[in-house]
Amino acid sequence: MSDAFRPVRAVFMRELSLAWSGGGGAALPLGFFAGAAMLTPLALGPAPELLRAAGPGVLFIALSLSSLLPMERLFQADLEDGTLETLASSDVGLESVALAKVFAHWTATGLPLALLSPVLWLMLQGSEAALGYVLLASVIAGLAFFAIGAIGAALAAGVRRGGLLIALIALPLYAPAMIFSASAVYAAADGRSPVASLMLAGASAMAALAISPFASAAALRTALD
Amino acid sequence: MISTFANPHRFMSVSKPAIPILFAAAALLIGVGVYQGLFVAPADYRQGDAARIMFVHVPAAWVCMAAYASMAAASFSSLVWRHNLADLAAKSAAPAGAAFTLICLATGSLWGKPIWNTWWEWDARMTSVLVLFFLYLGYMAIWRAYETPQTAARAAAILCLVGAINLPIIKFSVDWWSTLHQPASVLRADGPSMPASYLTPLLTVALGYLALFLAATLTGMRAEVYARRAEIMMQRRVAAEG
Repeated sequence: MSDAFRPVRAVFMRELSLAWSGGGGAALPLGFFAGAAMLTPLALGPAPELLRAAGPGVLFIALSLSSLLPMERLFQADLEDGTLETLASSDVGLESVALAKVFAHWTATGLPLALLSPVLWLMLQGSEAALGYVLLASVIAGLAFFAIGAIGAALAAGVRRGGLLIALIALPLYAPAMIFSASAVYAAADGRSPVASLMLAGASAMAALAISPFASAAALRTALD
Repeated sequence: MISTFANPHRFMSVSKPAIPILFAAAALLIGVGVYQGLFVAPADYRQGDAARIMFVHVPAAWVCMAAYASMAAASFSSLVWRHNLADLAAKSAAPAGAAFTLICLATGSLWGKPIWNTWWEWDARMTSVLVLFFLYLGYMAIWRAYETPQTAARAAAILCLVGAINLPIIKFSVDWWSTLHQPASVLRADGPSMPASYLTPLLTVALGYLALFLAATLTGMRAEVYARRAEIMMQRRVAAEG
């Protein structure tokens, strides 16, 4: 059992250490996320009621865009230097590689984004009672955004400057995760129960995680041919 | 070489006479259906003449969804059986499908202005059609992004199938989202039982749109086949000279 997972774990650890070392690439989306949230009160005005009403929406738009940032290099770097070819000719299926990469980059970037989310929530005048739900919804939505973004990343891996293509592919598919995670936070902020929305958000994240490895692997095989 | 082009040859010989027939049928059916809808069908008792835009709007909504379904089917057969023509079919169907989606959105917007007093409402149906339009855009963008057609075809087919899996999920989530934010304040134009004076022109226009969609798709496919033949001829000429 553990033997079968060793190569996958190796891919996961390699991705994680690559993401965390070398130029701070994993931390850049955090800066983007915080910067986008900072611009919101400057655009809307500092009135607390307005910020409270717009907060969850702004937070999740910024989160979804920040999640797209690591995607351009998710598979492209490994495709260019031949790592992907080596992995494809090994016993590890490309599906497992794709899933390991999604989880590694989510751990390196998505989890810090989710941890930053409650802080930004408070700065946007969100209620303290909803803090835990903001964190939970950000974790769930982030997983869905990374899984779907990976499909776009794999499809655009062979394209130079494919970043905008990834956004065009992924953004319409973000709809379910966006709807349910934002409505969970709205419900929590209004004092209603966010459980139903959170469960549906979880369902869309799991569906995305189930589809993503297979679609990504198929796209990567095309890019490798 | 001949065996791979055997099927396209048959396609070329069948599609050549089919296209003018389909265009003529489209012109006739759309003409008759729109005339009936605009002049013969009685005005709606609640919406007056504004409801007549239904005869161009509703068939466009049907066709834009049918077009995506046909693209998904073509993409599936292209991935499974590696059929060249299936790629071309999906590629050529995309602009036509996107055009019908745009017609659906634009006429819906024009219809919404007198009836709902707004150009755009984030109603569940409108939102999911808008998402469908973006899926079409992404699909067409990925065809353009790759230089080799074989790579582009497979990447586009994968995207089309992912979109096809997600479309029902998006549809349901958007339905759910809309009922959360705004209770059913929206007029529903389609009753369960529609009088024949409405249904006949509606179905006539729908058939006309379908013929137009097929004609446009086949024309696009023929152009693609010619483009690939021209490419091969160029390569042969270069090879013969070099």
